[in-house]
Amino acid sequence: MADRLSVIVVENDRDRALLIVDSLREAGDFDIHVIGEATGLGRRVKALSPDVVLIDISNPSRDMLEELALASGPMERPVAMFVDRSDDGMTKAAIEAGVSAYVVDGLNPKRLKPILDAAIARFHMFQRMRTELMETKRALEERKVIDRAKGMLMKARGVGEEEAYAMLRKAAMDQGKRVADVAGALVTAAGLLG
Amino acid sequence: MKGTVLSVGFIPLLDAAPLIVAQEMGFAAEEGITLDLVRAPSWSSLRDMLSFGRVDAAHMLSPMPVAAALGLGGTQAPLAAVSVLSINGTVIGVSNALAERLRDGGHDFAFNDARAAGTALIKAAVPTLRIGVPFPFSMHAELLYYWLSALGLPAPQNVDIRTVPPSLMAQAIEAGEIDAFCVGEPWGSIAVENGVGSLLLPGAAIWAFAPEKVLAVRSDWADAEPALLGRLIRAVWRAGRWLGDSSSNTLAAELLSRPTYLNLPAEILDRSLNGSLVISARGDQRDTPGFIEFHAGAASFPWRSQAQWIGLQLALRTGLDRVASVNTAEGVFRSNLHRNALRQTSAELPAASSKVEGALGARTTLPAESGRITLSRDVFFDGRVFDPSQIER
Repeated sequence: MADRLSVIVVENDRDRALLIVDSLREAGDFDIHVIGEATGLGRRVKALSPDVVLIDISNPSRDMLEELALASGPMERPVAMFVDRSDDGMTKAAIEAGVSAYVVDGLNPKRLKPILDAAIARFHMFQRMRTELMETKRALEERKVIDRAKGMLMKARGVGEEEAYAMLRKAAMDQGKRVADVAGALVTAAGLLG
Repeated sequence: MKGTVLSVGFIPLLDAAPLIVAQEMGFAAEEGITLDLVRAPSWSSLRDMLSFGRVDAAHMLSPMPVAAALGLGGTQAPLAAVSVLSINGTVIGVSNALAERLRDGGHDFAFNDARAAGTALIKAAVPTLRIGVPFPFSMHAELLYYWLSALGLPAPQNVDIRTVPPSLMAQAIEAGEIDAFCVGEPWGSIAVENGVGSLLLPGAAIWAFAPEKVLAVRSDWADAEPALLGRLIRAVWRAGRWLGDSSSNTLAAELLSRPTYLNLPAEILDRSLNGSLVISARGDQRDTPGFIEFHAGAASFPWRSQAQWIGLQLALRTGLDRVASVNTAEGVFRSNLHRNALRQTSAELPAASSKVEGALGARTTLPAESGRITLSRDVFFDGRVFDPSQIER
C-alpha cells in the first residue's frame, strides 16, 4: 500500500466539496480527488482505485458504489467495502452523521479514523447549516407576508404601522394562532376577494 | 391510542404499498402499533439503517438479506425476511433506439412472451448490451441473468450490468448510458411517460411468481421481540389483503402518490396496480393479469424454497459453494415466524414451508395447515423447475 491514503469525495456541490477537502487536508496528508457528477460514477471510482470513498448518505447514487464491492469478484480482494466491520461504533457514528464511507477491505482502522473524524465533524456542520438556512428562509417568507398584511390593514383601516401589527397580534392571540398564520390567511382572503 | 411506535424504512416504489397502507388505513393501529415510515435514499443506506438500528424494519429487495447472510456486499447484522411484501411488479424496458431496432427486426411487443422478447433483444443488441438494474442484489438482476442465460447469452458475463437507482433510470436511458433496464414500477412507466423508452416485458413473464420485496428485520430483534414482530406481520398482511382487492386500487394510488411517500402522479400508479401498462410513447397499452400481487396465492408467505432459489443463483454467479449457500439462504426466509404471527388470523397457511418452485402451471388447490389453500401459477418461462431437495447435500 502506498504511504499516502487516496480519498475520493463524491459531492456535486462545489463549495461543500471544497470544505470537505479542506478539513481532510487539516486531518492529514491524503491524496484527494473529488467526483462531482453521478454519470459513470462506478467506473470513475474504479479507475482511480482509492483506499477510501466518502459519499453523502442521502445521495441515491450511493447504490452505484455497492456494485464495486463485487466488481473484482467476491473471492478476490473486494475493491471497496462499507466501513471496516471491525469498528461498529465508528460506522454507526458515520451513518448518524450522514456519511457513507467505502474503504478497501483490510485497511488499518487507525489510518481511517482521522479521515472519518474529519468527515463526520464536517457533515454535522452541514446539517446545522441546512437547518439554519431553512429556518432563515421560512422567517423571511413570514416577514414578507406579515408586511403585506400590515400594509393592507393600514390602507383599509387608515391606521399606522404599529397599530396594524397590534391588530394582527391580537387576532392571533384570540384565535391561538401565530401572527404569521393570521397574516397569511388575511393575504389569501384578500387575494380571493380581489 | 398511539401504541408502540415502530420505525420502518422504505424506498419510494409501488411495492412499498403494504407498509404505507398498513399505517394509513389503520391496520397498524388495529394491532396497537404506529408505523413511523422513513423514506430512504438508496438500498444500501436502507440496509445500513436497519443493520445499525436506525429503523426496526425495512422494505427490502428479496435477495438482499440472502446476500448479506452469504457475506456478499457490506455484511453487517444478520437479517431475517419475515414476510414477502409483493410478488412481481417489475418491468424490462429498452431505449427508443433499441425499440426501433426491435421493431425493424419484426418484434411485436406483445409483452407476454419472454422467449420471443429475449431472442429479439439478443438479436437487436449491438455490441454489448448495457442494462441498468437498481441494485447488484435484486430480483431484477436475478431474473435478467436467468432469462438471458437460458436464451443463450450467458449473463452477467456477456452483458454490461450497471447499477442505477430506480428514480434515475429514466434519466440514464435518456442520456444513453444504458440500452435497457429492469426496474420496479412506477419507474418503467415514468420512462415511457417521459418519452425516453418502451417497455418490453413484465418480470412476471420470466417467473410467474417471483418474490420481489420482503419485510426485513434484524434477526436478533426478531428473536427479542416476538410479540411486536407478530403485530407488525399481521398489520402488513391485512394491508396486503386490502391491496389484493382490486376495488382498493384507486384509493391505494391516491395514498401512495402523496408527497411524503412516492410523490408521483396517482394516474401512473393506478396503471401498474391494475396491470394495465402503457408500453410506448405512442400510447400502446398492454394488460398483464397478476402484474403485481400482494395477497392471492399466499403471496406473503416466505417460502424457504424461494430463499434457496435466490441462494443458488447468487452462488452460481459469484463462485460460492452451492450446497453451503443454499443451506444458509434457507434460514433467511423465516417461514415459522410468519406462520406463528398469522395462525390467529383467517390467513390460509400452507402445510409445508418449502415447495418445488416453477411446478404450478395453473392455480392449484392443496391441503393447508387447516383446510385448503390455493396457490397461484409459478412457472419459469423456460419450463425448468427448481426442486430444493435435488441440490446435493
